[in-house]
Amino acid sequence: MLELALFYIFGTIAVVSAILVITQHNVVHSAIFLAGTLLSVAGIFLALNAEFLAGVQVIVYVGGILVLFVFVIMLIAVERSTFERQFNRQWKIALITSAILIGELVYVVYQGRDTFVLAEPAVPLVQGAAGNSQQVGMGLYTTYLLPFEIASILLLVAIVGAVVLAKKKTQTE
Amino acid sequence: MEFAINYVILPLVKIGIILAVLPLLVAAITLAERKVIAFMQVRLGPMRVGPWGLLQPIADPIKLLLKEDIIPARADKWVFVAAPIITLIPAFIVFAVIPFGPTINVLGTPVTLYVTDLNIGVLYVLSISSIGVLGIILAGWASNSKYPLLGALRSAAQMVSYEVALGFSIMGVLMLSETLSLVGIVEAQRSSGLWYVFLQPVAFVLFFICGVAETNRAPFDLPEAESELVAGFHTEYSGFRFSLFFLAEYANMITVSAMAVTLFLGGWLRPFPNVEALAFLDLIPGILWFAIKVVVFLYFYMWFRASWPRYRYDQLMKVGWQFLLPLAIANVIVTAILALIFRG
Amino acid sequence: MNIPVVNLGAILPAIMLSLFGIAIMVAEPFVSDAKKSWLGWLAIAGTIAAMLALAPMSRQAGQWYTNLWIVDSYSIFFHFLFILIAAITILTSMNFLQREGIHHTEYYALLLFATVGMMMMAGSNELIMVFLGLEILSIATYVLAGFRRTDLKSNESAMKYFLLGSFSSAFFLYGVALIFGATGSTNLIVIADSLRSGDPQTSLVSLAAALMLIGLCFKVAVAPFHVWAPDVYEGAPTPVTGFMSVGPKAAGFAVLLRIFMTAFPTLEDRWTSVFWIVAALTMLIGNVIALVQPNIKRMLAYSSIAHAGYIAVAVAAGSEHGVSAVLFYTLAYSVTNLGAFAVVTMLSRSEDKLVNLNDYAGLASKRPGLAAVLSLFMLSLAGVPGTAGFAGKFFIFKAAVQSGLIWLAVIGVITTVVSFYYYLYVIVQMYMRDPNEEFADVRTTGPLKLALAITIAGTLYLGILPTRFLDWTVSAAVNALR
Repeated sequence: MLELALFYIFGTIAVVSAILVITQHNVVHSAIFLAGTLLSVAGIFLALNAEFLAGVQVIVYVGGILVLFVFVIMLIAVERSTFERQFNRQWKIALITSAILIGELVYVVYQGRDTFVLAEPAVPLVQGAAGNSQQVGMGLYTTYLLPFEIASILLLVAIVGAVVLAKKKTQTE
Repeated sequence: MEFAINYVILPLVKIGIILAVLPLLVAAITLAERKVIAFMQVRLGPMRVGPWGLLQPIADPIKLLLKEDIIPARADKWVFVAAPIITLIPAFIVFAVIPFGPTINVLGTPVTLYVTDLNIGVLYVLSISSIGVLGIILAGWASNSKYPLLGALRSAAQMVSYEVALGFSIMGVLMLSETLSLVGIVEAQRSSGLWYVFLQPVAFVLFFICGVAETNRAPFDLPEAESELVAGFHTEYSGFRFSLFFLAEYANMITVSAMAVTLFLGGWLRPFPNVEALAFLDLIPGILWFAIKVVVFLYFYMWFRASWPRYRYDQLMKVGWQFLLPLAIANVIVTAILALIFRG
Repeated sequence: MNIPVVNLGAILPAIMLSLFGIAIMVAEPFVSDAKKSWLGWLAIAGTIAAMLALAPMSRQAGQWYTNLWIVDSYSIFFHFLFILIAAITILTSMNFLQREGIHHTEYYALLLFATVGMMMMAGSNELIMVFLGLEILSIATYVLAGFRRTDLKSNESAMKYFLLGSFSSAFFLYGVALIFGATGSTNLIVIADSLRSGDPQTSLVSLAAALMLIGLCFKVAVAPFHVWAPDVYEGAPTPVTGFMSVGPKAAGFAVLLRIFMTAFPTLEDRWTSVFWIVAALTMLIGNVIALVQPNIKRMLAYSSIAHAGYIAVAVAAGSEHGVSAVLFYTLAYSVTNLGAFAVVTMLSRSEDKLVNLNDYAGLASKRPGLAAVLSLFMLSLAGVPGTAGFAGKFFIFKAAVQSGLIWLAVIGVITTVVSFYYYLYVIVQMYMRDPNEEFADVRTTGPLKLALAITIAGTLYLGILPTRFLDWTVSAAVNALR
């Protein structure tokens, strides 16, 4: 019961701030609302007993990525962006198509509401002294060993790509 | 009833105590800092307010609170107001997990000297304190003024950089204690019979260096370098809003000291907790041991400020990325190998 | 604690490419600018090593790493194809990079990593792995598309690709999340089992499958998710365009088949009808719009959309023949298209300027060899008998007819006839128009010659003697259908 209430509270905050992120004219305000979204997602993780994930969510997204976002925003002229048009001329068409798409999704869900059964939730992880941090670690290093290693290639590619795009121009360019 | 006591009344009381004591503590530190630095420079420090200036920490906040609240005309008002709050709240709520002492008996009820013992305690402290940076950057940006912006940029780069090395330096301790809970780490030091500073000396030094950098204190106080940036990110702040930043900075100093004590100096434990010959040291209660160690660290903070010149910006980045971080990673690797060998 | 069996043999080709990619980056500071092409050859060595590593890999048939990774002839076929694509692209790029003054050796590393990503997509049995592979591939290609950093068109290309690419990744991921909610697993075989045991027609599963389909259709650029392709292909550096038009496409179809054949066989009647529409639309749109393109890169972009439509026909056919036709056609199309892009790269000259169709006027009288080679590739793309393209189309339409998709086959044949117009128009330009210029500055260099030799040999071999590769694709198809 409490879990459900928490879900709705955090979910509402997350969705409302997510909408505000994209409708704000000022990028810095968007960033602040993004922090709201990320923190409330962390809250949802907490309500689901995934405290390790919640901690990681905050430290990686709010403490790392968002700070870097804001850092970059500092380096660009924010004033100008507030005067630029937020949406392009096709926003009405886009709105209509999105509405149709949402209508479709709702229709599908509504039509199949009887067959809309969720699988049994995954076996609840044992809440030992170390909590689920240990389970996450065990999962990463045993069952999901290969994806875990592959993720390192993904990060490497992202780093190399960023460096390539950002490094100084050479004479030949 | 027992539920209400354990989960509602006691935590509320503890939270109340922390919220009340912390500002007082900060006030005391400001006086101590001015006195200590004064003595190091063969001066007297504040002497006018009260005997030997002892009432100075009361006069200061009164002055700040009575000052006019100025919001610059071109500032982004909304963010300007929110920024100090964003910085202050994380600085206070990290104290929720810091264990000040062992469990004691009050009127027959066992009372723990911490608000809660999270099983992700270390992660909680790191993640919550990483939010504080956001407030500093936003403050610098919202002021719409060049010095605050420069200070904010420096601060963002500095805190993000040193956070990485800080995290890695803690990893060695976590490998030894095998838990993220701060209480668990202290207990692990009791059962291993040694403070982790002896097992992880490199990590300890790294942690404290990075901790000083994270709190924007000398010699890493570039974000508020008064000789170049007036006052850095809070140049445009005055009165009450300024005092919030001030409070947050000093609360963060206490946090870093308390974390260093908990992770490396055995928290509330006496020195060599398993040597029987030193058992008489237990006469001093655990919370006092904790306080003594924290004060030692705070003294170091002041000592640094009095003795060392400020880093240049490029030196700061170089030290962080090219020296501290590789060293921290090497420490993790060596610790892992040794742990594997000795634990089998 | 049960540590899974770490079978390095099963992922040896990926390891090889990763190691060589890292070696290239480590070596870069020690190599002078003039000798940068050595690192290109190092990348070639990497692809050769990976090719050799296929042999030990093929001996490790089965599922590895707690059933996340499959080694069967299906995945080995795609490994082979991806390594081939990477090798030809590197050979095409070496002189191009030098000529354009963008000889940063990260290019080779990114290309090799992108290939690793494609391998992860084709060999995995797990949606999370698929997603990781997809992201490795995508991020590497975003950067490669924007590799000419001072050129606005290249920037536009990278930006568009990045925005739409991440958008489609989100679709895919949302589908994965829903299927995890519906079945409690991201393992394809477990998903299939739980769908068989329960009621397979749940709307949640259909929704999840549809979202994944949308994500992957973006990646392979089939209609109606093709709109990004022409702009992106036009702006990217030409060898990268060649790579993008075959690599991600092949990997996308590999994953598409793997997911839908393994995890959703119970929904087959639903998704084949979706593919029917997708295939028909794609063939029509791609071929018709290609007719009016003045720029050869845009023309080849629309042609690549059209070819994705042909492949989708085979996917819709769904049978063993259909799957083997998909495999054969991706191979045939990759070889031919890479060859065509190699010639375009060579003729485009500095800053990728001369890429309009009328720039090719009179090529035959000045450089008859090049004109003949480009004609061969155009004929193969059109599907003239004796070339790889014909064999591929033949198997596709045969599979379609066998599965009773007569009308789809008819649309395919008609659009193929339409496509003759714009492919032959290139040949007409080259042979029947007076030359506007000398083509004196067009230099065929060693690596390019090698790339052309491989692609010409491949195009002819697959066209004339397709049986050997066909046998391989059939055995792979049997594996995929299981």
